[in-house]
Amino acid sequence: MKEAVPKKSKAAVDYSKWGYIFIAPFFIAFLIFQLIPLVSTFYYSFFEYYRSGLKVVGPNFVGLQNFVELFNSDLLKYLGNTLILWIAGFLPQIVISLLLAAWFTDIRLKLKGQRFFKTVIYMPNLIMASAFSMLFFALFSDNGPVNSFLISSGITTEPIRFLSTVWGSRGLIALMNFLMWFGNTTILLMAAIMGINPSLFEAAELDGCTPRQVFFEVTLPLIRPILVYVFITSMIGGLQMFDVPQILTNGEGSPDRMSTTLIMFLNNHLFSKNYGMAGAVSVVLFIICAILCIVVYFSLNSDHGKKKGGR
Amino acid sequence: MKKNLITKGLSLLTAAAMTFSLAACGGAGGAGSAQDSSGSAQDSSGSAQESAGGAQESAGGASSANSGTEGSVLNIWCWNDEFQGRFNDYYPEVKEVASDKSTTTLNDGTIVKWTINPNKDNNYQNKLDEALLGQENAAADDKIDIYLIEADYALKYVDSDYSMPIADLGITEADLSDQYQYTKDIASIGGVQKGTTWQATPGLFAYRRSIAKDVLGTDDPAEVQKALADWDKFNAVAEQAAAKGYKMLSGYDDSYRTFSNNVSSPWVDGSTIVVDPNIVKWIDQTKTYTDKGYNNKTTLWDDAWAADQGPKGKVFGFFYSTWGINFTLLGNSLETPEAEGGKAEAGNGIYGDYAVCQGPQPYYWGGTWICAATGTDNPATVKDIMLKLTCNKDIMKQITLDTQDYTNTMSGMKEIAGSDFKSDFLGGQNHIALFSEVAPTIDMSNAGPYDQGLNESIQTAFKDYYDGVVDMETAKKNFFTSAKEKYPDLTDIKWP
Repeated sequence: MKEAVPKKSKAAVDYSKWGYIFIAPFFIAFLIFQLIPLVSTFYYSFFEYYRSGLKVVGPNFVGLQNFVELFNSDLLKYLGNTLILWIAGFLPQIVISLLLAAWFTDIRLKLKGQRFFKTVIYMPNLIMASAFSMLFFALFSDNGPVNSFLISSGITTEPIRFLSTVWGSRGLIALMNFLMWFGNTTILLMAAIMGINPSLFEAAELDGCTPRQVFFEVTLPLIRPILVYVFITSMIGGLQMFDVPQILTNGEGSPDRMSTTLIMFLNNHLFSKNYGMAGAVSVVLFIICAILCIVVYFSLNSDHGKKKGGR
Repeated sequence: MKKNLITKGLSLLTAAAMTFSLAACGGAGGAGSAQDSSGSAQDSSGSAQESAGGAQESAGGASSANSGTEGSVLNIWCWNDEFQGRFNDYYPEVKEVASDKSTTTLNDGTIVKWTINPNKDNNYQNKLDEALLGQENAAADDKIDIYLIEADYALKYVDSDYSMPIADLGITEADLSDQYQYTKDIASIGGVQKGTTWQATPGLFAYRRSIAKDVLGTDDPAEVQKALADWDKFNAVAEQAAAKGYKMLSGYDDSYRTFSNNVSSPWVDGSTIVVDPNIVKWIDQTKTYTDKGYNNKTTLWDDAWAADQGPKGKVFGFFYSTWGINFTLLGNSLETPEAEGGKAEAGNGIYGDYAVCQGPQPYYWGGTWICAATGTDNPATVKDIMLKLTCNKDIMKQITLDTQDYTNTMSGMKEIAGSDFKSDFLGGQNHIALFSEVAPTIDMSNAGPYDQGLNESIQTAFKDYYDGVVDMETAKKNFFTSAKEKYPDLTDIKWP
């Protein structure tokens, strides 16, 4: 307060330009690394622009032809693959995480070694996704350790060819995503649960609630904002799923292109330097993401409205 | 006024930022990975610059020793260490090799810098294209001087301005007169030769002597060849082998080259993919083999395939061309790999248990050509490397004697074929004699620029068919989808 007084007397000097200077780096970086690439992606999606051997074809303006071709190709199949892979990883992830978070925060259970387990379940997230999927590729290959274990323990006589079946490879991708992210989600949900006023739990117990009722009637509704947050971030991550399936299937999305995700599809076009089609895929992906984000954004807002109205 | 403008500009930007911050989550997927891939392409050139910079420093002292106008850094691009090994071992001007093998120093002080990018999925080609397209603007020491190409896509580079006619380097027809004609044809366009190779790559069938004895009662290459002389006989032996618990072939793609090299037309006609009837024969045969259990369901180059070539393998044989025998099969056959201190000698794994015969159909597989990149600043060195490593009969013969590779010197190979040369790895067989019978029959007239991508696509697409995951029609459709992704200019497909 005392120091503020002399400063105020010099208020005629305008410091506000410093504010702009300080925030300028973000806008410059945003302009160069996000806005310009984004606009040029839209721009090139209307062009025929690729490389045939060492000859560059285009850019020739072709209107919406790239999009027509895109929707005539397997775009919807890859969108479906992406959603299935995401859901298959997300469902077990959220169930296990909720269960673990409830156990870890339960005062009556008093689990021992909590710190240890919290660290351990977070561990898989620290490994690079590509390294993790190389590991799985080696573990589950036709003559890998998993198969030699299954054979030597007499569970099967022929090696199980995990990566040659649709649900084998999809299952492994889902399993990896689950393993990598359930620790992270558990810790988020624990934070949410610990943020609930303990008196609510006490009140519920005094009223004779069973633990199950406490969980479903008290805990779940109160951690809903965090649940929605987990849902959104996981969905965005799911739509961008790339490294795990790319490496596990050797970049082929095999078998039958059933584990090809949208970004892998995009990568296929980019790899052959087909900028027009890659642009079109990116634009479609952008629109899908935008719609999903808007839906979630508004549903969140309306939730707040209801709560306020309810009170 | 000024402030107002800034405020307006910033608020506009803010609005844009907010609009797209939604996109940042979603759009970043697209734009981000787009940047990724172009970034990685730049990566390689970036790292080339970096290390070239480092090389410049160290070459600074030596540059005075350099003769005249030659650049001090020789950039060589390739996809594995095969040529690097040959170069380091047999190029007479090599002075020393860096401990991590990333550079080689020549006697005149020139630093040879190796850039190695794996081949699969057109990866090497895409990286090389990127670098060649930037060749004109690259600094002299960053320019690619030599790059290697493979038979599957040789034409793409030969039929471009990015490869130099070797006559322009000063290599004459007399220098090349001892090379196999087909090795010159494939690197030529309109009679102008643009690449040269140290190897010829006729293919053979390498079989396990012990298994042949068990199945056919003999391991003599002439007798085994009689039993495998055509596809009907080959199939019959496959049945006998299966009855004794062996697999005839390891994977789906093992016999692919014997079919794909005997096609009647190139892969692509204009913008139409033409699937040759011979490819369909491969599909039918492989499906039959899979359903009857004559193969082990592996894929080329995967661990199970490599393991099948080793001591625990129960596979009758492998289709391999020259380089495969010394470069791949020998390594896979050892119980203790050489990297772990094992020796390439009888007693280590199944060293000595393989032998070769011509097999049911003549074919070739692979082969590496040395091209001089247009714009090279080391033309004299490049010329010397080509002469020493592909035209010098003594060096070539030495390579064959040391490594059992089949080199590109007709008279030299004849001398070795007629000598008492024998390969211990092949149980004392003189395989050079066999190769030299097959080599003149190689016909590469149907090779084209799309071969690598399409060969890989069809193998991937039909793997699902053999696995029983999809039916024939879906596999065909998947092949076309993947082909169109790799080559946007291909618009149609014709099945026989």
